[in-house]
Amino acid sequence: MHADEKFTYETWPAAPEKSTLESKNKFLGFWFFLGGETVLFASLFATYLALKDKVPSSSHPLAKDLFELPLTFVATMLLLTSSLTSVYAMYHMKNFAFKKMMVWLGLTALLGLGFLGLEVYEFTHYVHEGHTFTSSAFGSAFYALVGFHGGHVAFGLLWCFTLMFRNSKRGLDLYNAPKFYVFSLYWHFIDVVWVFIFTVVYLMGMVG
Amino acid sequence: MANQQLNSGNPRVDIEYRRRKSAEEMRYQLVSFALMIFLTLIAFAAVAIEGFTSWFTVPFIILLAVVQVIFQLYYFMHMSHKGHEAPSLFLYSGVLVGAITILAFSTIIWW
Repeated sequence: MHADEKFTYETWPAAPEKSTLESKNKFLGFWFFLGGETVLFASLFATYLALKDKVPSSSHPLAKDLFELPLTFVATMLLLTSSLTSVYAMYHMKNFAFKKMMVWLGLTALLGLGFLGLEVYEFTHYVHEGHTFTSSAFGSAFYALVGFHGGHVAFGLLWCFTLMFRNSKRGLDLYNAPKFYVFSLYWHFIDVVWVFIFTVVYLMGMVG
Repeated sequence: MANQQLNSGNPRVDIEYRRRKSAEEMRYQLVSFALMIFLTLIAFAAVAIEGFTSWFTVPFIILLAVVQVIFQLYYFMHMSHKGHEAPSLFLYSGVLVGAITILAFSTIIWW
């Protein structure tokens, strides 16, 4: 099987994400990247844990003064649901249903956009309360960790829209199926990181 | 290759089999999504309801997060499928290095 071959529903391979040599390499390489991302985010988590609530004066807000459960909860639900919609997109990709896949990818991106909007609102709110990147070691560690995750979401959105736009007229083949699959892996990984952020940063911040 | 063995040479038989397979997988994924929502709700509730000491709440919500991430990795990211030996090696190596880093950084501020 090669990348430019035309397929029908009947001839579409069971594992289109790794049916060519290039896509096998892509799959392996992307998981290697995710291993590296794990280390990267773990060191940001470690920094945050070491510097949490380390502020220069008693007037500076602490984690328990800043975080609010409802906002974090809504953001979590948005991202978790977008993980499910990208599962649906891959389900349709494997069934060679290009249009349905695009619809679910679009939904995924919309939910991600909603998440990012909430995060922007949250950060501006914190800045008004005097919690900025340079106000304290706590602030630096917080924005480095949560902001880096938000940056990943923004990059993921850009990636998703680019994929959808570039392949809008192409249909599914073994050239672009691995691209969609790798994007869905990335998107799930963003959600994996968020699970630890809402637990370690927000929930543990509320507990004290 | 795992996917080549699925092809019997008769497209109709293959399609039937694959449709059933992916419907079955979708069911597992929906169940794991429901569980992930449920675990999230418990974690938020454990913090919202006051009265638990942080010595209970913190390890409890971390455990919930780990369980939820396992569902995400094995069902949403397909690590339960065949051919994920190298991805497991990469990911768990990352987890090992990351865990040591977190351990080092959080103990250095205790002592």
